[in-house]
This record gives sequence, structure tokens and C-alpha cells, in this order.
Amino acid sequence: MELCSFLTFDSFITDPLTHDFMRKALLMSSLVAAVCGFLSSYLTLKGWALMGDAVSHSVMPGVVVAYALGLPFSLGAFIFGVGSVALIGFIKQKSRVKEDTVIGLVFTGFFALGIVLVSKIKSNIDLHSILFGSPLGISLSDVKQTIFISLLVVILLSIFRKDLMLYCFDPRHAKTVGINVFFLHYLLLTCLSLAAVVGLQSVGIILVVAMLITPGATAYLLTDKFDNMTVISVLSAIISSLIGIYVSFWFDLETGGSIVLAQTFIFLFAFLFAPRYGIFKLKKLFVGYK
Amino acid sequence: MESINYQNFRIDAENICVDYNGKVALYDANLRLKPGQICGLVGMNGAGKTTFFNALTGFVNISKGKIRINGESVRSAQKDQTIAYVPQNEGIDSQFPISVWDVVMMGRYGSMNIFRCPRESDVQAVKDAIERVDLTNHLSTPIGNLSGGQRKRTFLARAIAQRASILLLDEPFSGVDIRTEKLISELFIQFKNEGKTILLSTHDMIHVREFCDLVLLINKTVVAYGETSEVFTPENITTTFGGISPDFLFGPES
Repeated sequence: MELCSFLTFDSFITDPLTHDFMRKALLMSSLVAAVCGFLSSYLTLKGWALMGDAVSHSVMPGVVVAYALGLPFSLGAFIFGVGSVALIGFIKQKSRVKEDTVIGLVFTGFFALGIVLVSKIKSNIDLHSILFGSPLGISLSDVKQTIFISLLVVILLSIFRKDLMLYCFDPRHAKTVGINVFFLHYLLLTCLSLAAVVGLQSVGIILVVAMLITPGATAYLLTDKFDNMTVISVLSAIISSLIGIYVSFWFDLETGGSIVLAQTFIFLFAFLFAPRYGIFKLKKLFVGYK
Repeated sequence: MESINYQNFRIDAENICVDYNGKVALYDANLRLKPGQICGLVGMNGAGKTTFFNALTGFVNISKGKIRINGESVRSAQKDQTIAYVPQNEGIDSQFPISVWDVVMMGRYGSMNIFRCPRESDVQAVKDAIERVDLTNHLSTPIGNLSGGQRKRTFLARAIAQRASILLLDEPFSGVDIRTEKLISELFIQFKNEGKTILLSTHDMIHVREFCDLVLLINKTVVAYGETSEVFTPENITTTFGGISPDFLFGPES
């Protein structure tokens, strides 16, 4: 009996791996999850969740234009991602409109431009796959580009890990001791745009937003140490990707949606049972809590 | 007559102006401080105290005037770790997942390599600084679990670890317990003896009389500047606070 259930569980894991598209989907989603999870802890602490939302939507027209001109998607996306942030900053400075309003206004405008362009430029860009991704139908060139950009972002974030933490925590001190705050600001934005690009190609815009926000929030509830927060954030993002893809394979569900739902459930679990910050403070049940 | 040697001044701000998108926050402000001097920066909210600090640290650019730190530019003062800024408790995110040790280590970042790997000397500097503010029992405590006074001491330790010769303190006495207040005042005397220069902003008139050799009264520009005993008069204070009588500020004389 035990052997039987073991075999079932075993095939639950290994059966999907016999399909090439599933192996690719698992690899790609984990990579994107790792990149976004890493970034997510910075965005959560910097209060940039809405900025993540904005940038991931704003890259859309860039992708379409790049496609029309035969340029790499990432270039177009990057220009529009950083451009949207510059525009947000400019409008905020020059008008009396509040920042969150400006962010919403700019990114919906960019996004709408993207949609209009898609409908006008005859292309084989599938709107649905940009929005919701098609993790199960990623091309080989996309795989290469995703791996390259993901590695680039992870390396950049790793090198400037501590500087970015200081930048999020106390930019004034960073500036006072001669650290280039301007550079760090744009480094974070660049990584955000690049993450949006890799996410867009493999898992879709809507999913990228979730991946940039939820893992960081989950980790924030679970730890008081920055390094642990990054690790938990990355792990929870990867685990939700794996769970989401397996579940969508076996139960024939929408893949992107399943991944986000897995993340949301992990967040809810942390929200309810996190040792220190959860509603029920799980630790209390075992060791008491001062 | 003695000629002015700029090297003698730790801080030398001359006619500085700061504006944010055309809105003037500070104009024609002057300040000269020597090693070992403690100066109080007094003014209303919005009088430009934080702007003054920001200009000295290079966090905002001045639109006019000149700032020299130890005779050199603000930029080279940043490179040399000359200035340390101790923020107001309200100015920092106390829920940030970071420990006392990590905050104090940030004081050493400017003199570390690009990966910010602590050397033996950095670790020692951090240990010593934490000991001086009496937080050795809280090395790995997240700052969110500290009291207001302990948090203030953590940031003081960061400034000590940085080995800065100029300390800028934003409201160092607000929201701290008696023990912290006593410790801070002891540290001030030590800093003075070490030849450090201190500029502190405060709302509390009693602290100005107690600690500050000099006082700078500002309201968008300098209202009065000089020895505390000479400048810190009821008339000047009234002008600084826009006509509110010092009786109201100090409470009725008893």
C-alpha cells in the first residue's frame, strides 16, 4: 500500500519531466521566479511595489516596437521601462498631482499604447501570451535570452546587494559616505525592467507583477534579517512556480494563474502563521511568546 | 588682523541657498565651525534645519554659495568619510529587517571594497562603537525590537564607527529615555575632547543651554549666530519662532 502511494507520488513528479515543453517551462519559470524573488525583497522594503507594477506594464509598447523594427525585445522593453519611470518622475515634479496617481496614469497610458500597437502592427505577437504568458510554449531563442538576462540581473544584484540594502534603508547615509545613490537608483530600475522583460517572454505581464510583489511580502512576514528575507523570497517564488506548473499539468489549469495562486496561498499561510508577525503567531503554540 | 585660514574651519558654509523646484528652502546662510565646537541649530518646523543638514552632506545641491569641509569640497568630504549623519527616529523605517550590528557596520561601508566585505579592522570598529553606546547585549537584535533610545544609540554608534570628524544630529534628544539622554551627553563631552565638531538640531531650549557652545537660529535664513550666552536671548528666539514669545516656548517662569 505504502509502496503504491510512493509510486504514484514519484510519477506525479517525474511524468511531466518526460515532456520537453514541461522541462523548459519548469526551468524558465524557476529562473524568472529567482530573479523576481530577489528583486522583490528590495521593492517591498523600498515601497516600490507599485513601481514594479508600472514598469512591467510599461515595457509592453517597447516589445511591440522592437518586434516591428526587428530589434531584441529586451532593448525595446528596457527603453520603455526606464522611460516610464523618468516620465513619472517628471510629471510628479512638474505638477501637483500625487505620485500614486501619476504612476497609475503613466503606466496605463503606456500599456494602452502597447495594446493599440499590437492591434495595428500585423505581427504574430499574441496579446494573450504577453498578458498571461505561455510558459509551456517558450521558443529556444527565448530560453537563451531568458537565461542570459536572468544571470545578468542576479549577478548585478549580488554584487551590489549590500549597497542596495543601504540605499533602501537610508539613502541619506549612503550619500554622506560617498556611495553613488544615483547609480543605485537606476541600477534597481534597470534590473526591474530586465526582470519585466524575462517575465514577459515566459510568464506574462500579470504574473510578473505578482512575482515582483508577493514573494517579498511573504518573506517580510517571516524574518527580521535582510539576507534571510532575500533567500526566503527567492525560495518561495521558485517553490510556487514548481507547484503551479505541476498542478496546472495534472489538473489541466491555466499555468500562469496557478503559479500566482500558489504564491498567494504561501503568503496567506505566512500571514496567518508566521512565528512573530502572523495573526496566530505559530511559535506561541509551541514555546510561548514573550 | 588675523587672516582667515580655511583649513581651521571644519565647516565653512558661505551664503548658501537651497531651493526645491523654485521654492526657496534656505537662503544666504552662513556657518563656520571649528574642531571641538558644538553648535545648536534652532528653528521652527520648515525653517530649513533639515535642508541645512542635507546641503552639508551633499544630499541636496546648493543653488548658490559655497561649502567647504576641512577646506575641501563636499564631494571629497564624502569620499573621506568626514561627515556622519544621525537621523531623527522618525526619519528611518524601524520595521526594516536589519540588526544593530548591520546598521553600525553601514558606518564602515564607505571605506570598504565594492562588495562591502568587513575587514578585521571594520569588525573591531563596529564592536568598539557598539560598546561605547552600551548596546553590546543587543548585537543581533532587529532594530524594530529596540526602544526609541536604543535605536538612537544604534545610529550614534554608526557615526562613531564611521570615525567621522563632523557629526550632524537631527533631534538627538527627541523620544529618548533618561538613560540614553545621559549617555548622549557624556558622549558629547568625549567627542568635544576628541576634537569632533557637532551640529545638532533641537526643539528643546534647555539642551541648547546645556550642551551648545554656539547657536545658529534660523528661519529660512540665519536670524542670529554666535556664542550661546550672547545669541540665545528671548528677543532672538522670538524672532526665530515668528513672534511667539519665549514664555510660551519655555513655559511660564517659576
